[in-house]
Amino acid sequence: MEVATQIKNTNLRRRSIKDKSVKILVVVLSLITISPIVLIIYELIAKGYRQLSLDFIIKTPPDTFEAMTALNNGEIIPGGIVNGITGTLIMVIMASIIAIPVGVVTGIYLYENPGKTLANITRNISDILQGIPSIVLGLIAYIWIVKPITNGYSALAGSVSLAIMMLPMIIRSTEETLKMIPQSIKEAALALGVPYYKVILKVLIPTGFSGLLTGILLGISRILGETAPLMLTALGSSMINLDITKPTSAVPLMIWEFYNDPNMVDLIWSSSLLLMIMVLGLNLVSKRIAARTK
Amino acid sequence: MNSDKVTKTILLLSSFVILLIAGGMIYSLVEGSVSAVKSFGFKFIWSNTWNPTSGQEDYGALPFIAGTIVTSVAALIISLPLSFSASLFLGEYFRGTKVAAVIGTMVDLLAGIPSIVYGLWGFYVLRPFLIDLGLPNQGFGIFTASLILAIMIIPYATSLSNEIISMVPNELKEAAYSLGATRLEVIFNVTVPSARSGIIASYILSFGRALGETMAVTMLIGNANRIPESFFGTGNTMASVIANQFGEADGLKLSSLIAIGLLLFLITGIINAIGKLIIKKMA
Amino acid sequence: MTKMSENTVNIKDPVLSIRNLSVSYEKGRYAVKDVSVDIKRNAVTAIMGPSGCGKSTLLRAINRMHELYENIETEGKLILNGKDITDMPTIQLRRMAGMVFQRPNPFPTMSIYDNVIAGYKLNGMRLKRKERDDIVERSLRDVTLWEEVKDSLHKKGTFLSGGQQQRLCIARALAFDPEVILLDEPTSALDPVATAKVEDLLVKLKEQYSIIMVTHNMAQAARISDYSMFMYLGELVEYDKTKNMFTKPRDRRTEEYLTGKFG
Repeated sequence: MEVATQIKNTNLRRRSIKDKSVKILVVVLSLITISPIVLIIYELIAKGYRQLSLDFIIKTPPDTFEAMTALNNGEIIPGGIVNGITGTLIMVIMASIIAIPVGVVTGIYLYENPGKTLANITRNISDILQGIPSIVLGLIAYIWIVKPITNGYSALAGSVSLAIMMLPMIIRSTEETLKMIPQSIKEAALALGVPYYKVILKVLIPTGFSGLLTGILLGISRILGETAPLMLTALGSSMINLDITKPTSAVPLMIWEFYNDPNMVDLIWSSSLLLMIMVLGLNLVSKRIAARTK
Repeated sequence: MNSDKVTKTILLLSSFVILLIAGGMIYSLVEGSVSAVKSFGFKFIWSNTWNPTSGQEDYGALPFIAGTIVTSVAALIISLPLSFSASLFLGEYFRGTKVAAVIGTMVDLLAGIPSIVYGLWGFYVLRPFLIDLGLPNQGFGIFTASLILAIMIIPYATSLSNEIISMVPNELKEAAYSLGATRLEVIFNVTVPSARSGIIASYILSFGRALGETMAVTMLIGNANRIPESFFGTGNTMASVIANQFGEADGLKLSSLIAIGLLLFLITGIINAIGKLIIKKMA
Repeated sequence: MTKMSENTVNIKDPVLSIRNLSVSYEKGRYAVKDVSVDIKRNAVTAIMGPSGCGKSTLLRAINRMHELYENIETEGKLILNGKDITDMPTIQLRRMAGMVFQRPNPFPTMSIYDNVIAGYKLNGMRLKRKERDDIVERSLRDVTLWEEVKDSLHKKGTFLSGGQQQRLCIARALAFDPEVILLDEPTSALDPVATAKVEDLLVKLKEQYSIIMVTHNMAQAARISDYSMFMYLGELVEYDKTKNMFTKPRDRRTEEYLTGKFG
């Protein structure tokens, strides 16, 4: 009896120590896991906030000599990234115009036809498409738009690559949102003799609006930071460009250009900070909207 | 009802759009690769040369396939203990607490950082740190790229695993606790086995993401078009070589890059499909 | 005139006549088999039966809600107020029959006011302000909700209690001034107090409308219905004045159901 209790006790102690030490290990590793976000944001703010100003948003970047002079004089590099901001805005808006209608309608189709083979195939292909690397999408937009249609790099090609990225996200979030609407709401509308398309437009979409909006905002925040596909499609430009058939800049592209020019390197931090503010801002807004619906 | 038929038709047609896009992508990638395949045949896949000199052009994809696989596998291995711990933290140990909410948000933030920002941070902060630790090649190379990749895929694996771990029914865990098991024992004998296929699926999916990452890898891997001589050597991945070599690529070179793009498309497509299949089997 | 189902009573001047109605989900599998029955005007008719007997399908076949599901085949005739509606366009038909569902389902994005006239709004039918106000007030008074909500008509319907929401849904169905009101287990999601209010309402409404109600609650059928249908395995087994059916059921199956032998 004594021995058994003793063994049980040491066993217990050993297990208890193991239990506690693993818990500590888990906590430590988890903290390590999130440390990069803290470090990165700190770095961006520390190195970038000085450059941020109204000028930064409304002026075009300096050329490399102006930058070099400013560096030699120990001054802040003049200029800004307005061409990148406008380019990003134009391409994101165009991508949304392409992806949102198609995505929402396809999502509605999937919601209305849950069991059908075609719907299952569509859903699976959409999911797989979501995992395709963005650079491959850039290749596609290059082949489809840059060569044959705009005869050169263009905002249109950039938008197409971004649209293909957004599409599966919107399809999925539309279907999920609609699935959460109680079936009887749809039935009540139909029982009132409302034609099907009106039920969709006037009942289903308004009821699911915040869910749809969340999906769209998350999609946009995702494509805001994309660089690779734009390198192959929009190329970049040092001036504001409103012609969608011509090369256009974007904030990530400008970061890439600054990175590659030793004189402009200091601008990367403020540009990245701006980009992060946009991305995180959108993320926060969409999470707020999502939380409000719950 | 007429308008109902029209509505149904429009819905049906829209679903074709995605199918057309997918089909069109495969077609265009294949068509673009034709020239490379004609010149090199299938030895393209295991050929080691990358020679853009005109007159002697010879391209092969092996260095990049190797680069992609090595960096992604390494990233997975490095990220595993970290993301697994984080998902246990969020889904088990501190589930539902404020701390978990904060940590969870920070993990989500990690997912929102654009690839190029990771690349910049890796270039200007991580790399000097690694150089101080004695890394060769100015800190560029497979190791650095894998490290940054690991950080980038952690949020995907974490949030997916976290969800799956949270879904393990309480009754199972309570049964184990009532038998006198410690927290640790419940986790490893009940929770994890229960959630096993979901956890595996989440790692497969995050592996799929690592395969396609471009910018951060491009900025840290050293841009050398050959198989790296060691884990700390420089090289290139399929994604980064396309980004690096695309400017003014034409003819055979362009076709080779497109062929690499096709390979990348197929590999990521298959990995993602496998991951999704496992998740479906679970549900 | 085809033969009526056995064990049914004759109704003079029925509001709705159903003749040989059959509904099948796949070839040969019938949810409703050859049902023929006349529904009495200005009365409450209950449709009862165990789960899966086809009562909901029958109810929904009247305003073709059952067609939401593919592969449904319907045979038979429906005559509403002397008019053959079998081939009438669905949208038109649905405006002649109002439906209330098991779960109260006011449209969450619309105010109470808009919910009542939702039938008009969603159909794009324009009404003058006065007409709209009149319809809203009349419908809400008819369901005894007017006093309770007249000062919050612009608020969303979802803040009302379950019973009030269900009465709002009834008001919504009444706004079209339908020929019949179809209710599919309208009180099974409500608490006893709300249930009592809705039952009283239905008894009051039968003076103006004709009510067909599916219920799995025999006591409820006994309380408020004038006529009852008992269905089993898709067939209409018996149809009679409620009082008669409950005291002297003609069919063995009816008796067994009423005495609780099967659910």
